[in-house]
Amino acid sequence: MSPAEEAVRRENIKSAWQLSAPALLVLTVAAVGPLLIVLVYSFLTPGTHGNVEWVFSLEGWRGVLFDHDIFEDKLVLADGNLTIFWRSVKLSFITTVLTFIVGFPTAWFIATRSPASRAGWLFLITIPFWTNLLIRTFAINQIIRNEGVLNTLLLKAGLVSAPLQLTYTDTALLIGMVYVYLPLMVLPLFATIDRFDMRLLEAGYDLYASRWQVLRRVILPIIRPGIVAGSILVFVPCLGAYVTPRILGGGKNMMIGNFIELQFGQGKNWPLGAALSVTLLVIVTIALLVYVKAISGERKNG
Amino acid sequence: MKRILGAMALLMSGTAMAHAEGELFLYNWGNYTSPEMIKKFEEKYGVKVTITDFDSNDTALAKVEAGASGFDLVVPSAGFVGIYAEKGLIQKLDLSKLPNHKNIAPEWMNVEWDPGREWSIPWQWGSTGMSVNVKDYSGDINTSDIFMNPPAELVGKINVIPEMGDVMALATMWAGGEVCSEDPAVMKKVRDALLAAKPKWMSMDYSTVEKMINHDYAATVDWNGSAMRARLGNPDVAYGYPKEGYGLWMDNVVLLADAKNVDNAYLFLDFIMEPENAAALSAFARYANGIAGSDAFMPEDMKAAPEIITPAEFADKGHFVTVCTGKALEYQTAIWTELQK
Repeated sequence: MSPAEEAVRRENIKSAWQLSAPALLVLTVAAVGPLLIVLVYSFLTPGTHGNVEWVFSLEGWRGVLFDHDIFEDKLVLADGNLTIFWRSVKLSFITTVLTFIVGFPTAWFIATRSPASRAGWLFLITIPFWTNLLIRTFAINQIIRNEGVLNTLLLKAGLVSAPLQLTYTDTALLIGMVYVYLPLMVLPLFATIDRFDMRLLEAGYDLYASRWQVLRRVILPIIRPGIVAGSILVFVPCLGAYVTPRILGGGKNMMIGNFIELQFGQGKNWPLGAALSVTLLVIVTIALLVYVKAISGERKNG
Repeated sequence: MKRILGAMALLMSGTAMAHAEGELFLYNWGNYTSPEMIKKFEEKYGVKVTITDFDSNDTALAKVEAGASGFDLVVPSAGFVGIYAEKGLIQKLDLSKLPNHKNIAPEWMNVEWDPGREWSIPWQWGSTGMSVNVKDYSGDINTSDIFMNPPAELVGKINVIPEMGDVMALATMWAGGEVCSEDPAVMKKVRDALLAAKPKWMSMDYSTVEKMINHDYAATVDWNGSAMRARLGNPDVAYGYPKEGYGLWMDNVVLLADAKNVDNAYLFLDFIMEPENAAALSAFARYANGIAGSDAFMPEDMKAAPEIITPAEFADKGHFVTVCTGKALEYQTAIWTELQK
């Protein structure tokens, strides 16, 4: 490389940095800054009525796993916290599976329509986004409550003798979350199925594969990136879900998001809230790493 | 539904007054502010009022303390006024700007949390007891057993409001203690009973009025005004005064230190101390107010309401709930947090 080329290259790098500087600055201030504050707060002492006192303490982190029994003055395993974490992971996982079961046929249906009508079907998928999530969640509550539409229909049809108690149960939460996150599963699935070469199906049948074998051995491996992308898009926001469990869980069946919020309000323990937030971040990161590893491993095998 | 309609009405009145002279941001308990009274204020002064809801004192305090809340006025319960003042979150009132200050009823003027009313203006006051749908349960409803040791008919159909002070006061009195008990034996009984009762509850939710009307709940820990509104919508709802002891409270309006619309805030504070307007607040939320002379404007149906007029046999069972301090607060917070899990 001649000195002149070298100078041009340097100049390019310099201008690239200069051009991206605003974005980098925004990212640093808006993403890293708050995270650092959260991290610092997790090592401070809670004030009497919320906020923090600037005294170093590991109590916040202790509180993630252990409770201090106020009557016996000893540490016990915080099974309440663990239950909430476990419920969050479990509900997020079930939601992911359910959105896939409902979303895969939907995406397949749309992708196999004529190109002209596909836009119309996709358009329908986006309609729920037109209304605020809060209002849609309240609407779900209206449908599933004891004297709501669903129970009235079931009672009239004679399918149940007493109203199903759905309000404020995990079932209500699941119904709400599957409904909310379904589009996030359908769209990436559609994107991969859209690129799927339908002649491969014929090739599979020609080789005497059953419908099930074609699904399992041909379709699913090829649309795997779509499944992974959809699962990440559903699972990760589910873990931190706040509005849906807040309204459909009735303040009793909490998920991590609500539990964190509680620490900043009625719990009056900001350091614990901060420590829980970092813990959630770590769980999400681990989940993402597992997913990424799963796809890259598959590519090598494929 | 009523609340949604109310919010829509507010929104629409807001757009109609795009040329308003100013704004006012009020941070208040949900479903608590009379839309008619707000409309009257907006029309009189050309000020656009924006109301934001909260569902517990602790949540409100946390949000205001986080800073730059953008609110001008907040409505905390009695014991919290001192905490806001101590943290420097509110400003002392300039009484010369409040000619109606003299309307504050004598018994609410020199209150323990604000002698002379230099920091806070009365909003509404009432009691905390039980709302029960008598179709589901015909037994005694004048007891905290309804939520502390629920009868079989009510299991799985009970709601508990998410306000620590009120619920812990009921639970502590139920266990035989004072409101701010520091007695480990009493507080241990409170904790064990609450944790044992929680699986028999359905939810810990703030909005009780419509859910009692719609029969989503069979019973709830409730405030008397909510209970009355529920009864007006559903005659099967009755309000019980726990004989073990029930809570009394008062909510007060305070002016935030970083309020941007101070002049409008003073206009509003003076406006709500006008007896007619104080009565309008009561006519909506169904609680008593602390303004002398408002009785003349009160709705007829409140004058003999069992939720508002305490039966003589329970008159001495009510105890004023304030914010506990020291060990008592430590116990309450620890138990409440454990309960929420």
